[in-house]
Amino acid sequence: MTIQTTKEANATVLTIDGRMDAVTAPEYEKALNELIAAGETAFVIDFQGLEYISSAGLRALLATAKLLKTKNGQIRLANVLGTVREVFDISGFGSIFQIQDSVSAALADLG
Amino acid sequence: MTFDTLKCAATLENLNQVIEFVEEAADRFQLATKKKFGLLIAVEEAFVNVCHYAYPDGQGDIAVSCGADNETFVVEITDSGAPFDLLSLPEPDTTADIMDRQIGGLGVHFIRTLTDQVSYRREEGNNILQMILHKAGDAPP
Repeated sequence: MTIQTTKEANATVLTIDGRMDAVTAPEYEKALNELIAAGETAFVIDFQGLEYISSAGLRALLATAKLLKTKNGQIRLANVLGTVREVFDISGFGSIFQIQDSVSAALADLG
Repeated sequence: MTFDTLKCAATLENLNQVIEFVEEAADRFQLATKKKFGLLIAVEEAFVNVCHYAYPDGQGDIAVSCGADNETFVVEITDSGAPFDLLSLPEPDTTADIMDRQIGGLGVHFIRTLTDQVSYRREEGNNILQMILHKAGDAPP
């Protein structure tokens, strides 16, 4: 898994490539926790290049989203596609996260 | 049905090796991509569960076996920990909102949802989780 971080005007965009599994999910959690600790409160997570996600990946997403919520932060997911989308649907995560079709739509939604 | 088996220490470091082993077998069987993707998630969930819970007092082994006939692809995950049936766990609430959402149970939910059949048996001091996928389409040749 690789994580690329881009600072936009109203949010930090994290572009995730590869696999979010039991081995790599902690890297995501660490990256996001560090950004939250540094005071960032608005995030867009771009899953365009995400090939695979298991419950460990969902666990990391949920833990960081909960932390962010306690700090009145906001998170949007973008490009949740194909088999990754299916995992979101069968876990119910498709309805607990706000998902947009593109990074630009997610940024616009954050306002 | 003959099985190919990979035996290794039940630690997360071996996850990639296990996934590659099952993926190669599923490719030889020509399991449809969509089904294979689901199976690999189910295998990760079962493997990670053994890594986390099967051997609370230390290190133990896990065996992953793949077998196939014309119609079905079978994966068995075997550990020698205390008797434990993963399938006895309750189904998670997949409708709770973000702050009430608990992650526990999601792994077994994926195992149930992403395989065609799953069963547990205790045999000669081992826990064996068997997952079965039918060939996509199930149409006779």
